[in-house]
Amino acid sequence: METAKILIYDGSFNGFLTTVFKAFEEKVPVADIQRNGSCQNGLFSETETVFTQMDKAKRVWKGIQAKSNEAIKNVYFAYLSGQRGIEFVLYRYIRKLFSKNTTSTFDFSDDLILKISQLARSVGREKHRMEAFVRFQLTKDGIYFANIEPDFDVLPLISKHFRSRYADQEWIIYDVKRKYGLYHNLESVEIISLDLKEIYANSVRKNDVFQGEEYRYQDLWNDYFKSTHIKSRINRKLHTQHVPKRYWKYLSEKKEAV
Amino acid sequence: MSFERIREKLNILADAAKYDVSCSSSGSTRTNKSKGLGNSTGMGICHSYTEDGRCISLLKILLTNHCIFDCAYCVTRKSNDIKRAAFKIQEVVDLTINFYRRNYIEGLFLSSGIFKNPDYTMERLVSVAKKLRLEENFNGYIHLKSIPGASDELMYEAGLYADRLSVNIEIPTISGLRLLAPDKKHEDFTKPMRKVRDEIRRYKAEKKVIRSTPTFAPAGQSTQMIIGATGESDKDIMYSATHYYSTYRMKRVYYSGYVPVAEDSRLPGIGSQVPMLRENRLYQTDWLLRFYGFDVREILNDHYPNLDVEVDPKLSWALRNLHHFPVDVNQADKRMLARVPGIGMQSVDRILKARRFRKLNWEHLKKIGVALNRARYFLVCDSRHWHQKDLEPATLKGLILQNSQGKFRKNYSTQLQLFD
Repeated sequence: METAKILIYDGSFNGFLTTVFKAFEEKVPVADIQRNGSCQNGLFSETETVFTQMDKAKRVWKGIQAKSNEAIKNVYFAYLSGQRGIEFVLYRYIRKLFSKNTTSTFDFSDDLILKISQLARSVGREKHRMEAFVRFQLTKDGIYFANIEPDFDVLPLISKHFRSRYADQEWIIYDVKRKYGLYHNLESVEIISLDLKEIYANSVRKNDVFQGEEYRYQDLWNDYFKSTHIKSRINRKLHTQHVPKRYWKYLSEKKEAV
Repeated sequence: MSFERIREKLNILADAAKYDVSCSSSGSTRTNKSKGLGNSTGMGICHSYTEDGRCISLLKILLTNHCIFDCAYCVTRKSNDIKRAAFKIQEVVDLTINFYRRNYIEGLFLSSGIFKNPDYTMERLVSVAKKLRLEENFNGYIHLKSIPGASDELMYEAGLYADRLSVNIEIPTISGLRLLAPDKKHEDFTKPMRKVRDEIRRYKAEKKVIRSTPTFAPAGQSTQMIIGATGESDKDIMYSATHYYSTYRMKRVYYSGYVPVAEDSRLPGIGSQVPMLRENRLYQTDWLLRFYGFDVREILNDHYPNLDVEVDPKLSWALRNLHHFPVDVNQADKRMLARVPGIGMQSVDRILKARRFRKLNWEHLKKIGVALNRARYFLVCDSRHWHQKDLEPATLKGLILQNSQGKFRKNYSTQLQLFD
């Protein structure tokens, strides 16, 4: 019997798809799929490094897409969750998709399918939250700047939303945890990485990189936020359920509460 | 513009607008053309939440809180001694644009007290929307209030620039309206509604022929009713809600528990509790009517004019109609599955998809997300264990209440609290 292999890829989504391609084409008995830099050897398995090849990645993408749109969305969203060991779970999921003739992305009584679909949903929720909780601050260069710290790597997912919404303004959304960001230069969106000296959360302390007018609008917004409360209906538990505390430092209306 | 003055105005005029519950920003399709600002794609976003847990997605303000009317339930009524203020049109435009650019809001919700006369007020509201659309190239969401009594021409123009229009009916019964808002006539409310409904219909029909027809109030109309101000029954409320849904094609009817704002012999006194549980039950009923295929007469009728506060309306319906149960999860049609207490529409959808592959048992149902503490008494599935005993409705209700929790339960329980 062939010994099972641990496949190592470069940590990109295309790298992962290439790995899947290789596993299918060469019928590799896969023990695990791990990303370069955080791999762990098994006792009875060999390791092999896979190099990313766009054409192969694309074939896998198209193959899954041909199964169903739901499937490709689930795979991509669940991958972005970045959960430990997600690559191997996804590999098993993709095998399952191709093993039967019927599309079984809807077979919610299957553990694997339910798990992936639930994971994809929670990444989707985080995406939606980021579309809501990004708070731009206007810098002196006239760029609308926001720091975020989402639970999952959702920047690729929110790019389109912000691009079509703020088509006429320059903006940067920077993920502090994953150390990269998006920059819209009025024409297109670029991926950038910055050497930030500090995290520009929405804090009470004023920072001189932002315009003076910026803090006036923040004050107006905070006032507005306060005056929307109906005192006889206060329900703090529900409030924190909707606006979890981990996001507060980036929300100007909550900066006094932090 | 003086910042401090704007700040003061915003405080006054946002405070007065907060009793409007509608904050939806969904259902519109206004895509960003020619590199403008904003995009409404149909999905609403709540950018923040108030400390009472309601969504903030729009900048919700009054243009002014000067008002010529004296409706007893309203904070801005003429006889109330409060600070008055009014925004200039340009000030509202600037606020909206600057909040929108910072991703604070999805758009503007503009209401107003009625000064001079309805048409004069409506005209000012329309000109804010017009300025945002034409001068600022703004594609975000705009919700305008239809001022009761405004003319048809103005309502027509409003629909061209706004995504949603709404008139708050406020008092569900005509007799209640006469008591609390003697200056307003019922027809004043329905006239603008009818005009907007007809125009939406006309534009939709034209769009089928000419695709480039502009949209008219693409997110439709909504209205709001105050609950617990005039002693109306749940039946009165839901029957008139059904009337507005069917006659005026409302997208939403909102129910707002009356928050006492004035000492008035006709109304509950200041400090009396806001009927939040009742509000909750009414919304549940509203959902049953719109998404679960219930008819209002099944839930509320002359025998049952009020909703049960202890259990949700679907469970309460099921307890009265035990002869429909148990339902077989692996056989039943969609309509019947949706009627099982503890199964929501999402679960119905998942059950229908999952059961194509295998027969479902309790384990599967639990993972799918069915609330088994209620549902298990009404279901059979691929298992030999199910609830076989025929129980009296009252016993069954007690059993379910024992095994579940409710956040409002302490408000009506007869059990004394040991620690409070």
